[in-house]
Amino acid sequence: MSEHIISTGTYIAIWLTLLVLTGLTAGIAFIDLGPFNTIVALVIATFKALLVALIFMHVRYTSEKMVKVVVISALFFLLLLLGLSLADYTTRLL
Amino acid sequence: MADSPIAVEQHSPALQHHFADMEQQRQASSLGMWLFLATEVMFFGGMFCAYLIYRYWYFPEFAAASKSLDITLGTVNTAVLICSSLTVVMAVRAAQLGKRQAQVIYLALTLILGLAFLGVKAIEWTSKFKGHHVPGASFNFEGTIPSHPDQPVDQRHAQIFFSLYFAMTGMHALHMVIGVGIFSYLLYYAWKGRYTPDYHTPLENSGLYWHFVDIIWIYLFPLLYLIDRKK
Amino acid sequence: MATATITAERETYLNQEFGIKSWLLTTDHKRIALLYLLSITFFFFIGGFFALLIRLELLTPAGDLVQADTYNKLFTMHGQVMVFFFLIPSIPAVLGNFLVPLMVGARDLAFPRINLLSWYLYIIAGIMMLHCMLTGGVDTGWTFYTPFSTAFSNTKVIEAGLAIFVSGFSSILTGLNFVVTIHRMRAPGMTWSRLPLFIWSHYATSIIQLLGTPVIAVTLVLVVLERAFHLGIFDPTRGGDPLLFQHLFWFYSHPAVYIMILPAMGVVSEIVPCFSRKRIFGYQFVAMSSIAIAVFGFLVWAHHMFVAGMSIYAALIFSMLSYLVAVPSAIKVFNWTATMYKGSIIFSTPMLYAFGFIGLFTMGGLTGLFLAALGIDVHVTDTYFVIAHFHYIMVGGAVMGYLGGMHFWWPKISGRMYPESWGRLAALIVFIGFNLTFFPQFILGYLGMPRRYWQYPPEFQVLNVLSTAGSTILAVGYLLPMVYFLWSMRYGKVAEANPWGASGLEWTTPSPPPTFNFDHTPVVDWEAYDYEHIPVPEEARVGG
Repeated sequence: MSEHIISTGTYIAIWLTLLVLTGLTAGIAFIDLGPFNTIVALVIATFKALLVALIFMHVRYTSEKMVKVVVISALFFLLLLLGLSLADYTTRLL
Repeated sequence: MADSPIAVEQHSPALQHHFADMEQQRQASSLGMWLFLATEVMFFGGMFCAYLIYRYWYFPEFAAASKSLDITLGTVNTAVLICSSLTVVMAVRAAQLGKRQAQVIYLALTLILGLAFLGVKAIEWTSKFKGHHVPGASFNFEGTIPSHPDQPVDQRHAQIFFSLYFAMTGMHALHMVIGVGIFSYLLYYAWKGRYTPDYHTPLENSGLYWHFVDIIWIYLFPLLYLIDRKK
Repeated sequence: MATATITAERETYLNQEFGIKSWLLTTDHKRIALLYLLSITFFFFIGGFFALLIRLELLTPAGDLVQADTYNKLFTMHGQVMVFFFLIPSIPAVLGNFLVPLMVGARDLAFPRINLLSWYLYIIAGIMMLHCMLTGGVDTGWTFYTPFSTAFSNTKVIEAGLAIFVSGFSSILTGLNFVVTIHRMRAPGMTWSRLPLFIWSHYATSIIQLLGTPVIAVTLVLVVLERAFHLGIFDPTRGGDPLLFQHLFWFYSHPAVYIMILPAMGVVSEIVPCFSRKRIFGYQFVAMSSIAIAVFGFLVWAHHMFVAGMSIYAALIFSMLSYLVAVPSAIKVFNWTATMYKGSIIFSTPMLYAFGFIGLFTMGGLTGLFLAALGIDVHVTDTYFVIAHFHYIMVGGAVMGYLGGMHFWWPKISGRMYPESWGRLAALIVFIGFNLTFFPQFILGYLGMPRRYWQYPPEFQVLNVLSTAGSTILAVGYLLPMVYFLWSMRYGKVAEANPWGASGLEWTTPSPPPTFNFDHTPVVDWEAYDYEHIPVPEEARVGG
């Protein structure tokens, strides 16, 4: 973690954004977007997660390269697990 | 770097002596916590994998079961955790600025919010117990498939949703409980003035843990509560 | 040689403090390594005991030594103990813990207390596993396949699952410690490209430990929950998919085999240059191949599931990926061989184990390629062919690497030389015993003998008898080092700092090292494997 001290203002702004996005996620769930409901919900969730990770967890401000390497590696291997497993399930009855 | 292990120099009482200096110690602790969070990503990832596959297989029952969850409580809990992440970053900021009292207040708020989350969870789980939505002998799901109300609901498929619901929210809640424990410890030592602008690594790293648990919930909320709520 | 005064003895990590508390509450990575040495040796013999019972039963075609249910427990517990309580910790927890700080020039690992915690978690897990075994055991196979393990087995699945869950955390913490130490605690001048290949291989191993183990942890949690609360996630009669368990299980358990082999490859990469008196050939390639094995190892898991009912298209993908993962391993074998070419070979005990490793690992690895081919796999999966394949790698590879490493670094660890002739004799006995035990199993599998069967058709008996005979020879080969290592601690020749004339920072400090490893923080300004400039000490010239 760098010694970069982030302003209260930035934190408040992110916090409010997260709350608004939460309400938005819940609200959009009631609107019929067909298959896009899931996608929109996950996109918003990912955006929220990014805000928490980049700003609250200081990933954006850190001078340590390894932090970003670790985060990206974890996500990569998670996607590997999900993706290659799905490769089995989605092609079983072809 | 010191040439001799017995070099006398001024250093923080928090320095552990296998490290050369506080900066090395801080970087090591930080990297250690991030690596631990990577393991947690994979840990929860296994359950997300199971969830993904069964949602793909049993979408109608998953949608029906999801609708039976209380969306208000779920949204409130999401907001509670987001607020707690704010109080955590404010606590760390207070330590960076040397403000002991502010640290204590923000840590206490974090604890209250964490306990509130667990309280709401307890309410939700109790209603699931009463509604016979707990997997096992007494399981009985009476919901209908959204947009296909006359389609029969396969009890087994609905039970799989609830198995995953309890496993995932239970594991998440366990992590919250551990987080509450950690933050109680931090609150005590913050009150005793241990965390200063020069040394607040435990606060930072515990904060990372807390934010991570928040991120898990950020994904659990839409995946569990919002599968198909369209009117 | 230590310049001792009349009353003072040189301070080492062994004599710095005495008493059981100083060992059980130590945070010294070297003492923790020895704690692990004792524990994993204990579990090696437990696992070996089960193996002996299995081989005794298989002396005759009829199931006459034990009942079928008991036999299921024997092979299950042999597998669980050997995999989780011996192979996975062995080299990293003993040699890795001892050497990683020394090799990078640090005074300890990054988190010494977490290191001790990792040992205690291992011990707790071990006690749970022992209790489980003594009160009935498990019969599901080490692979815990569902729904048998979750719904039908009458044995102590939950306890075994929890024991392995706890041991997984021990593994994760070791990996975490290594990664942070290697990143943050290298001595000045110790750049990444000057690190010993042992460090590179342990770094790669740690990546797997960190990212793979949590998946089996959560899978075991789900199995325990399913069994305790009758959930149905893995039960086909309740809408669950048994293959989901297999996907999650093998996502870890395949990379786990690389946890077991990479450290041994690291050991071989240290031994071969030393006893060829030559710089390793292709340092960059060997280092990068370790990382490649770690990454590619995560891409191949479903090759354990080809006949389980998975999609044939996904099977094709996994088959092709499995061929890919053989490439980095082959690169290492080529590089070790090229290192030996035109080197001055010294046939020391560690080098004999390294030779054994290279030959036997290659055979094991190549037979893996047979298994990766879908057409062949259909015939030999779940036969003794598979068993021979993985024992060639795990025993012919990993255990030989472990023994070679123990002999190579024994002087550093204990301050004594083991008796070289006995060392070489034991290595030879191990090699002969190993091949006699496991080569017949390739043939048995090819001829169709299924694995995990407690009785078999009479035409397989001769090969089974050969295999059992081999296993008793192998047992003798394993017992010998136990005896002479202990003997050497009292009567062995006192070791110099660098009895082999090896390169590496661990050899620049006395044998055994002082508690804080180095009297002065080393500053590194030479490349790794600098063998042109290191003379061979007299005592290293053995029968060469």
